[in-house]
Amino acid sequence: MKLYCLSGHPTLPCNVLKFKSTTIMLDCGLDTTSALYFLPLPLVHSSRLSKLPGWASKDGTVNLEKELKECAGRVFVDSQPEFCLPERELLDLSTVDVILISNYHCMMALPYITEHTGFSGTVYATEPTFQIGRLLMEELVTFMERVPKAQSATCWKNKEIQRMLPGPLKDAVDVWSWKRCYSMQEVNSALSKVQLVGYSQKVELFGAVQVTPLSSGYSLGSSNWIIQSHYEKVSYVSGSSLLTTHPQPMDQSSLKNSDVLILTGLTQIPTANPDGMLGEFCSNLAMTIRAGGNVLVPCYSSGVIYDLLECLYQFMDSANLGTTPFYFISPVANSSLEFSQIFAEWLCQNKQSKVYLPEPPFPHAELIQTNKLKHYPSIHGEFSSEFRQPCVVFTGHPSLRFGDVVHFMELWGKSSLNTIIFTEPDFSYLDALAPYQPLAMKCVYCPIDTRLNFHQVSKLLKEVQPLHVVCPEQYTQPPPAQSHRSDLMLELQPPPMAYRRCSVLGLPFRRRYERIQLQPELAKALVPSEIKPGISVATVSAVLQSKDNKHVLQPVPKPTPVPPSKKRKRLMEEVPELLSPKPLLSGSIPLDAFLASLHKSGITEVKVEETADGHILHLQAEDALIQLEEDATHIVCDNNEPLRTALRDLVLRFLQKL
Amino acid sequence: MPDIKVTPLGAGQDVGRSCILVSVGGKNIMLDCGMHMGYNDDRRFPDFSYITQNGRLTDFLDCVIISHFHLDHCGALPYMSEMVGYDGPIYMTHPTKAICPILLEDFRKITVDKKGETNFFTSQMIKDCMKKVVPLNLHQTVQVDDELEIKAYYAGHVLGAAMVLIKVGSESVVYTGDYNMTPDRHLGAAWIDKCRPDILISESTYATTIRDSKRCRERDFLKKVHETIERGGKVLIPVFALGRAQELCILLETFWYRMNLKAPIYFSTGLTEKANHYYKLFITWTNQKIRKTFVQRNMFEFKHIKAFDRSYADNPGPMVVFATPGMLHAGQSLQIFKKWAGNEKNMVIMPGYCVQGTVGHKILNGQKKLEMEGRATLEVKLQVEYMSFSAHADAKGIMQLIRMAEPRNMLLVHGEAKKMEFLKDKIEQEFSISCYMPANGETTTVTTNPSVPVDISLNLLKREMALGGPLPDPKKPRTMHGTLIMKDSSLRLVSPEQALKELGLSEHQLRFTCRVHLQDPHSDSDTLSRIYSHLKSVLKGYAVQHLPDGTVMVESIVLKVSSSGEDPNLKVILLSWSYQVNVENFLATVSLFWIRVIMQL
Repeated sequence: MKLYCLSGHPTLPCNVLKFKSTTIMLDCGLDTTSALYFLPLPLVHSSRLSKLPGWASKDGTVNLEKELKECAGRVFVDSQPEFCLPERELLDLSTVDVILISNYHCMMALPYITEHTGFSGTVYATEPTFQIGRLLMEELVTFMERVPKAQSATCWKNKEIQRMLPGPLKDAVDVWSWKRCYSMQEVNSALSKVQLVGYSQKVELFGAVQVTPLSSGYSLGSSNWIIQSHYEKVSYVSGSSLLTTHPQPMDQSSLKNSDVLILTGLTQIPTANPDGMLGEFCSNLAMTIRAGGNVLVPCYSSGVIYDLLECLYQFMDSANLGTTPFYFISPVANSSLEFSQIFAEWLCQNKQSKVYLPEPPFPHAELIQTNKLKHYPSIHGEFSSEFRQPCVVFTGHPSLRFGDVVHFMELWGKSSLNTIIFTEPDFSYLDALAPYQPLAMKCVYCPIDTRLNFHQVSKLLKEVQPLHVVCPEQYTQPPPAQSHRSDLMLELQPPPMAYRRCSVLGLPFRRRYERIQLQPELAKALVPSEIKPGISVATVSAVLQSKDNKHVLQPVPKPTPVPPSKKRKRLMEEVPELLSPKPLLSGSIPLDAFLASLHKSGITEVKVEETADGHILHLQAEDALIQLEEDATHIVCDNNEPLRTALRDLVLRFLQKL
Repeated sequence: MPDIKVTPLGAGQDVGRSCILVSVGGKNIMLDCGMHMGYNDDRRFPDFSYITQNGRLTDFLDCVIISHFHLDHCGALPYMSEMVGYDGPIYMTHPTKAICPILLEDFRKITVDKKGETNFFTSQMIKDCMKKVVPLNLHQTVQVDDELEIKAYYAGHVLGAAMVLIKVGSESVVYTGDYNMTPDRHLGAAWIDKCRPDILISESTYATTIRDSKRCRERDFLKKVHETIERGGKVLIPVFALGRAQELCILLETFWYRMNLKAPIYFSTGLTEKANHYYKLFITWTNQKIRKTFVQRNMFEFKHIKAFDRSYADNPGPMVVFATPGMLHAGQSLQIFKKWAGNEKNMVIMPGYCVQGTVGHKILNGQKKLEMEGRATLEVKLQVEYMSFSAHADAKGIMQLIRMAEPRNMLLVHGEAKKMEFLKDKIEQEFSISCYMPANGETTTVTTNPSVPVDISLNLLKREMALGGPLPDPKKPRTMHGTLIMKDSSLRLVSPEQALKELGLSEHQLRFTCRVHLQDPHSDSDTLSRIYSHLKSVLKGYAVQHLPDGTVMVESIVLKVSSSGEDPNLKVILLSWSYQVNVENFLATVSLFWIRVIMQL
C-alpha cells in the first residue's frame, strides 16, 4: 500500500492511495494563494491599476515591463491570476479509479484532474458538497471571465529570471504548475463524473474495497472517508470540526480501529478561538456602522457566511442596528442562500428539527423576507441603484484579487470610516491588502477557522487509536512564526509519518487475509476434527472461483465417467488433479498400539529392532519393513498393492490429518 | 437450515393497514404499521396480539420501519407504540418524519373530535411516538445493532417514500412500501441496485393494470376539467393533502398559465400551505427537473391556486376545488360533494384508488343514490370520473423492479387476491422464481442457503490464483487444497503447511518404497536409461528427469536400479515416494505399470 502526495498544502490536500488493486485519489484541492502574486482584476476601470509602472531589474539586464508591474512597493504579475495545481507528474493520473471528495473547498482542482489527464473514473461526493462545489466553481469562472485578460505571463517563470526578481515573487515555488482558471464547460464535464453518496453509505469499488463517507462536522455535506477491506482500514480525515455550527456533528466513533489514519485539514489559525473571533467580528462591525462607516467582509459564498448571518441576525437587533442593510454580492449568492435551506438532512439536530415545523433551517430566510439581507449577482445592475450606506457587504473573493470585492476596496479603501474584516483563514491578510496600500480604511483580522485544533485532534486520536498516523509535515513541527509553541504540533507515539508535496510513502501494514465464501454444499461436506481443545481443523478441497475480486469456493465437480477404451489410454486420461488430495500428516505413532493393531489385522510375525531414532519393524511373513520414527514413517514392501494400502491405512489411523 | 419468515398482519391479499412482520437471521422487524380506511372498528388496526398476548412488543421486535406517510402505512403507529407498548427504534425518512405526525393528528381529530370515539390515541401519544423515530437517509447503511443493517432507497410514490433493504449476515429482504417506477411531474422514479435479496416484498395495487401513457391521462384530465369549466360547472377533486394533490396542482397551474384561464382554483385549507412548504424544504426528494430549477422558480409556489374557504362552495360560476380527504369518506371533500352532487353540470374527479366502503368507492361503482346519516338519501347527478393518478407501480413497473433487484423469491402484499394471483403466475413464468401471497396472519417461510464466509490466507489465495492462470478454464477446474482452522468463532483457511506451523505441530513424513524384482541382462545404468526413455515417452506432461547421481525422478518419485550381488541379471528397482503428494501416488502406479510392460517386452 502506497500513498502519493500531490499537494503540499495541508488544508487543500490531494493524495493518491493505492490499496489492493484500486487507485483512490483523496480530494483535489486547488491552492489559490498563488493569486496573491497577481494584480487585482478590477470590475470597473481603475486608473490607478492601469497606470502602474512596469518592472525591470536595476541593472537593466532583465526587462519584464509587460508582465510585471510595481504596485505599492511590490512587484505583481499582470495577467489573469493563476492557481497552484496538484502535482501531475508523480503518477499517471489516468490510472486513478476514483476520487473521493471530502468537502466543497477540497474539490476546486477537479476539472484540472478529470479533464486533460485521461481520467476515466468516478468522483464520489455528497449532494451538498457537489451542489455547493459547483456554485463555487461557477463563481470562480464568472469572476475570471467577467474581466477577460488576454495576457498570459510566462517569461517571469523562467528559473534564471525568477531568481533575479524581488521577493516574494522570487520565492514562489512550483510556478510551472500554476494554471489559469478552467472554463464552465470543463466544470460541467468534470461534475458529470460525480456520483452522489450519503453519509454511512457503503460504496463497493470493484468488489475489492469499500469506501464510506462519514460526517465531518465542518461544512454542509463535508465528510471524512473510511477506505476498508474486510481486514484493513484506512481513515481519511480532512476538514473536520467539533464545534457546534450548522453542519451535522462529526462522526468520530466510526474512525476507530484504523490501521492508518491520514490526517489533513486542521485549523490554519491554531491560536485563534472561533467564538472569540465571532465576538470581535460583531463588535468591530457595530463600531464602524455606528460611526457611519461601511463594513466589507471578503468571504466565500458558502460556509462560515451562514453562521455570520445567523450571528448578525441575533446581534443586530440587540445592538440597535436593526436597520443597517446587509448585501451579499456574488454570481451565486441567491443559489447559495437557497441551497442552504434544502439540505435539512445534512444539518445539526437543532436546524433539522426546524424543517419539521416546517420552517427554513437558517434564519437568513427571514432576513431576506424582511429586506434586511439583499443579494445581488454583481455590483452592476440593480445593486448600484438600490444600495444604501452605511452598510455591510459580504462578497468575494477573499484573496482580494478578483470578484466584486476589488471594486469595494477601490471604493472604500480611502476612508478611515470604513472597515474591512477578514474572516476567511485561507489568505494572509497583509499579502491580500498589499496592492491596495496605502489604505486609510481600518483592517480587522478575525479569522474564523472551525477545523480541529491540535488539542482537539490529539484528544480525538487518543480516542480512536489508529495504529499509524500520516500527516503533512507542517503538523509535525510548530508553526514557523511560533517556533516555541510545542503545543501547536502533533506529538504521537509512534511519531506520525510526515509527507510533503511529491512524497511517496509506503504505508506500514501487510495484508494477510482475504474474504472467501464457502458454498453451503461444500461447507456441509467438511469433516472437522479437534486437534487441540477448542481448535478444530478440516481439510478443504475445492474449486476456486474468482470474479470481480470476490472469491468463492465450490465443491469439486464429480469427474465425468470416461467411456471405456483401451486400458493404456484410460490410465492416462483420468485427470489426476481430480483425485482426492492427501492431507499433511502430523503426530507420531505409538509402537505398542501400532503393534496391537497390526496383530488385529492378522500380521503377527513382527520383529522389532530399536534404532537411534525409533524402531524398525520387520513383517517377516509379508517380507516388508516399517520404519517408525518420531516424525516419519517409511513403508518398504514389494510390489504388493493390497498390503501397502492396508499398512498405509493402519499408519494413518494414528496420525492427524491437516 | 436458516430461513426467513414473513407474516402480514395487514395488507395480506388486501389494501389497507399495511403491517408485515419479517424474521430474518434471528431478528424481528415490523414493516409499516398502518390503518384500514374501510373499517371503523377493531379491524382498522393490525392485530398486534399475534406478536404477543401479554403486553409490550419491545422484547419481540428489533425495529419498526415505516415506508411513507400515508395513513394506511403509519396510521396505527401511535396505537402500537404507546397503547400496546413499543420502545425500540422506529425508522423513517426525514420527510416522513416531518409529515406523518401531522396526518396522524388529523386522523385523530376526525376520529375523536368529530366522530366522538374514545379509547383512541391522544396528541401527546403521537408526540411520544415520534420521539422514538430515528431518521433515515437514502442509501445510508444504518446499523440497527451489530448484525442487523437497513438501507433506504428512493421509491417515488409520495415525498419521502422509501423502499428498504434489510440485511442480517448474508440474508436479506427488500420491502418496497408503495412505489412508482415512472417519474411524474414532481417526483422521480423508484430505483434499487442489484442487491439480490432472498425475498422481495412488493406492493401490488395495480397488479393487473398496465397503464396507458401518462401524457394521455393528463390530457384527458385537463380536457374534462376544461370542458366543465367552460359550461360553467364546478369540479371537485378529492385528494389527500400531500402527494397527488401537488402533482395535480402543478398540472393545473401550468395549464391555467398556458391557456390564460381565469376560473378560480382552490385548495381546501388546513394542511395545504404547510404541505407546500414541506415540498419546498424537501426539494432534494423531488424529481431532477424541479431540483435543477428550484432556485429560479420553485414549482410549489402556485400563482393560480388559492386557499379555499367553506363559503366559496356556494359561489356562483365555475371553479376547481381540491379538497381532502381523497376517498370522500369524511371531512371537507364529502361536504362539498354533498352540495354539488345534485347538479349534472358539475363533476367529481377521483384521482386515486378508493377502499371498499367509502363514498368514493360507491360512486365509482356507479351508485346513483347514496344513503347518508339519518335517513336522507343523496342523489348523484354530477358526472363521476375516475383517473388513475395514484403513483403506484403497474404490472410493468413491478416486473421492472424485479429485473432491477434480482430477488431469489417474491412475495406480494398490498393488493387484491385475484389480481395478485394473476401477477404471481406471470412472475413465476417470467423469472422462474417462487412467488408467495400470504393472507393476513399466514406465515410464509423461505429457506435460504447462505454461504459461509471464511478468512483465506492471502498467500494461499495468491498462489492459487497464479496457478489458475489469468483466465479460468471452465472445462478444467483447478482444485485447491487448504486447511480450515476453526478457533472460537473465527474460520481461517490456510495452506496445510501454514496450519502445521501455526498449530505448533511438526509434519509426519510418510514414505513408501516399493521393490520390484526383474530379470534383465543389461547393466544397471542401461536398465535405468531404458526405463527413463520409456517413461519419458509415455508420461507426457510430467517432469521425468534422469539425474547424474544415477536416479530417475518422475515428478518427485525417486527411481533407482540396483542388482543383487549374487545374480547380476536380477535387478531390483526401487520406487520411493511420499504419501502427501497426490499426483505421485497416481504416477507411481502408472510408472510401475509401465516398468512391467517394458521389462516384459
